[in-house]
Amino acid sequence: MDFDLMLRVYPFFIEAAWITLQLSVLTTLLGLACGTLGAMARLSRLRIFRMIGAVYVSVFRGTPALIQLFILYFGGPQIGIQLDAFTAGVIGLGVNIGAYMTETMRGAIIAIDRGQTEAARTVGLSRFQTMRYVILPQAARLMIRPLGVNINALIKGTALVAAISVVELTYTAQRFIGSTYKPFEMFMISGALYMIIIYATGRGIAWLDRRARIV
Amino acid sequence: MTEPKPFVDIRNAQKSYGALEVLKDISLQVARGEIVAIIGPSGSGKSTLLRAINDLDPLTGGEVWLEDTQINKKLPHRQYEKHINQVRQNIGMVFQHFNLFPHLSVRENVTLAPKLVKRLSEDEAEELAREQLEKVGLIDRIDYYPSRLSGGQKQRVAIARALAMKPKVMLFDEATSALDPELVEEVNLVMKKLAEEHMTMIIVTHEMGFAETVCDRVIFMDKGVVVEEGPPSRIFRNPDNERTQNFLRKHLANANR
Repeated sequence: MDFDLMLRVYPFFIEAAWITLQLSVLTTLLGLACGTLGAMARLSRLRIFRMIGAVYVSVFRGTPALIQLFILYFGGPQIGIQLDAFTAGVIGLGVNIGAYMTETMRGAIIAIDRGQTEAARTVGLSRFQTMRYVILPQAARLMIRPLGVNINALIKGTALVAAISVVELTYTAQRFIGSTYKPFEMFMISGALYMIIIYATGRGIAWLDRRARIV
Repeated sequence: MTEPKPFVDIRNAQKSYGALEVLKDISLQVARGEIVAIIGPSGSGKSTLLRAINDLDPLTGGEVWLEDTQINKKLPHRQYEKHINQVRQNIGMVFQHFNLFPHLSVRENVTLAPKLVKRLSEDEAEELAREQLEKVGLIDRIDYYPSRLSGGQKQRVAIARALAMKPKVMLFDEATSALDPELVEEVNLVMKKLAEEHMTMIIVTHEMGFAETVCDRVIFMDKGVVVEEGPPSRIFRNPDNERTQNFLRKHLANANR
């Protein structure tokens, strides 16, 4: 292994890791927003919303995220949507992971015992109050771990945006391989930095989960 | 003396799931302050009937009235929601599996609905909670979470939660069936106390002893119909109907085993 070379190029990778981190955070936020809306739609009393939710989930889980990104970034301009690569990456990945998060959140909500809803409704709480004060606080706790799994997948998924030339960890590795012909070293650096981000996130999720349990 | 107007009035209740008829044209009147036990084998429809009273399991036919209000009115969604939330404040319900809110303390379990639904202030709700928890003998557990309570304590908190809404009638759906035998008595005692305060109660139960000592009237249901009803002394000692006799014989045999 060429350690000298690795030492020389690593500052570029740190910068790239920062971009990956930004992508991950923004994508997570957009994903959570889409997931919340999606879960609400899937659980709506109204058929039309349930259908919209179901279509959203099956379209975005049923096609490769890479194709979705390509359609948005390369196909977008054809229909008048012009986005820079980073923005396209966040939107593409966020809406994609939102479909997975929709199902995660829906699963946690329907996992709450029906008796909870019945008890809340019999003391006179409305549907909204029941959801807000009884079901969601319990479901939120159940969601933390599985949403962590979604976020883990999403962070690794940010590598896809290298294909639309966002200068993040994977793209940076490829660029340096072009000039150094040392793929082993370059991908090792990228991989190590991904692992650090994912490990730290995992610890954060575990911490949140533990904290939520203390009742 | 004229017959008093029924307080809870179930008229021609019918309920079916597809071809399966769970309730076949049941009518039942309960007077204010009356304590009625509904007994019968599982699958007889007794829980379904109870849950129809607050429209948790809506009937497919018939009417349920509480005083001058029809509970199961057919209304457009928004109006129905408003109506039913209003009506349910008057009907307390206690479930077999307690259904306490596990993420809330005992205090919060009791004060949640008074605060949200009746808009009581923090202080008023606190006072109310203390009053109700005093009644069920659990004031010293006010800061506990449900996970730290025994089954009997949970059920008593659930009763306090229902009472905090100042209901006019209380429904008990096998309130002691999920409890260990040694915990049944503490819940029964609370229910007896309510009986002494002349709370109107409709109690679905498997506990014949309790029904006999506390209730004014016993309804025996089987296969979706009321087979026989009357004062507990007669139903338990001298039932007319063969189905009632069989049920009670089997039940006693099990209880003595």
